[in-house]
Amino acid sequence: MKKYILRGKKPTRHGFGEELALLGEKNDKIVVLGADVTGSVMTSFFKEKHPERFISLGIAEQNATTVATGLALCGKIPFFSTYATFSTFRNADQIRISVCYNNANVKIAGAHAGLTVGPDGATHQALEDIALMRSLPNMTVVVPCDYVQARKATAAIAEIQGPAYIRLSRSEVPLFTEETSKFEIGKADVLQDGDDVAIVACGTMVWEALLAAEILFEQHKIKATVINNHTIKPLDEKTLIAAAKKCGAFVTAEEHQVYGGMGSAVAELLAQKHPIYMEIIGIQDSFGESGAPHELLEKYGLTANDIVKSALKVIERKKNN
Amino acid sequence: MDKLFSFSNTTFENIRRVASDFTPIVKEVKRDVIKSLALAKSGHSGGSIGVADIMVALFFGGYMRYNPKDPNWSGRDKFILSAGHLAPVFYSCLARAGYFPPEELSTLRKLGSRLQGHPASVGSLPGIESTAGSLGQGASIAVGMAMNEKLLDKTDNKVFCLTGDGELQEGSCWEAAMAAGFYKLDNLCWFVDNNDCQIDGRVKDVMSIYPLREKFESFNFRVLEVDNANDIAQILVALDDFAQNAGKIGKPTCIIGKTKMGNGISFMEDDYKWHGTPPSVEQAIQALEELSK
Repeated sequence: MKKYILRGKKPTRHGFGEELALLGEKNDKIVVLGADVTGSVMTSFFKEKHPERFISLGIAEQNATTVATGLALCGKIPFFSTYATFSTFRNADQIRISVCYNNANVKIAGAHAGLTVGPDGATHQALEDIALMRSLPNMTVVVPCDYVQARKATAAIAEIQGPAYIRLSRSEVPLFTEETSKFEIGKADVLQDGDDVAIVACGTMVWEALLAAEILFEQHKIKATVINNHTIKPLDEKTLIAAAKKCGAFVTAEEHQVYGGMGSAVAELLAQKHPIYMEIIGIQDSFGESGAPHELLEKYGLTANDIVKSALKVIERKKNN
Repeated sequence: MDKLFSFSNTTFENIRRVASDFTPIVKEVKRDVIKSLALAKSGHSGGSIGVADIMVALFFGGYMRYNPKDPNWSGRDKFILSAGHLAPVFYSCLARAGYFPPEELSTLRKLGSRLQGHPASVGSLPGIESTAGSLGQGASIAVGMAMNEKLLDKTDNKVFCLTGDGELQEGSCWEAAMAAGFYKLDNLCWFVDNNDCQIDGRVKDVMSIYPLREKFESFNFRVLEVDNANDIAQILVALDDFAQNAGKIGKPTCIIGKTKMGNGISFMEDDYKWHGTPPSVEQAIQALEELSK
């Protein structure tokens, strides 16, 4: 098994904010729109370095999204970031019509996504944003797994032409990807290679998936493939179908509702192209609540141990066929 | 029926004229609206007819810079029809300005047409700067474009937009107004088509937006009220005022134009029931007769 070294912990929103400020130096078309919470979504770095290209629009997400469209239609590359609940749902109609129908070059960041927002509770825990964003024509959806990948993903969405959504975490997540490893939109990373089961994860769940693979091997002699499925749209069909053919059993894991999220996207693909046994780990059709991030992940079944249990279950189902 | 409702090839120049010289242009545009809606058998008649004078003043009055031969010309002013359901009158103006052949107006709302029920995505039809029709969004797009020209690119390009009055019930319109006033976008000219009609009835009865002047003024707008925006002379005065002050006053301009839905067509005038209804063949023939007088 390949060994991944934990190099500390850092929120992915930091990677986004730091890279954005750097991109601003290289590309004067990049404009950042603020919706009051710039310090916590880390667009404050850009604001300090490039005040002339930072536009504060207050707590008015619908207008900000559509102003971003107007700027994009004039040739700019606007980045709009606030908490994921407000950067995707409060302004959903604006994203659908103004951004996506126009295929406008607007980049939306959802900071503070998932349960790990923690103590702020259910109102601020975006658990449906992937479902909403991936259903929109022209939209690209990426969920980086750590700080380093968040930097690369931020640079990558600035490069592509058209709408993109990047999902970020508030809390610290394990940092383990290498500076030198390649990040490509639509190309999933195969982190471990095994043929008993494939664990497909995104965002904060990728590290948990790696831990689960270790437990499966050490305690059960099970060899798992682990895939960091960072691009939910467009899906890396080739890599996923190859893993399905090889393993015949999938566990997906995400910090998102099981309805409509990354697991759903993978299930839609495999049901049509190569049906196999599958378990989908995520939030089971409920809202979150206040608590420490690790407490919430445990309560809602989003830990390495939960992945192990699902893997054993799906392997049983495969065997009993 | 196609023969009955055929379209001329006439195009019009975008130049300063005396008010009476606009009359044939307004009539041609209104005839286009009636014909294209009768052929489409669905769409928004009353508002499209009522706002024809404003649209003609904008497109053919010499105040808005554009070049149909080069729709993406960097020196152009931009127009966003936030009230996207008024697409028929917008399409007529684009065709009569020379963006595409007027005969294409016969394809309105039909499968495969570039003339979608509401303006489609940017560039889907020459002259369309953005989609619009989910109410309120066009105003914010116009604000974004005006920010780009004034704050980022620092050009003297202007941005025009047109919203309905019922549209102002959408909260995001006021987010847009707040931002336009805050950033002193004096290159922005926001028309309100104030016919006091919406699908369910009078705007004042469905959900009052009044007083309108005071609302826009409190958002740092300069407000010009046009008592009769079916009188093109009055619209030209307001446009001239905006043009004189653009880039100088540190305030966006709002032109509140009082119009009558279905203006100039006897059975349609000032009747909110014509918001989303097309004319029947017989009604269209009658309307065309009235418009040829």
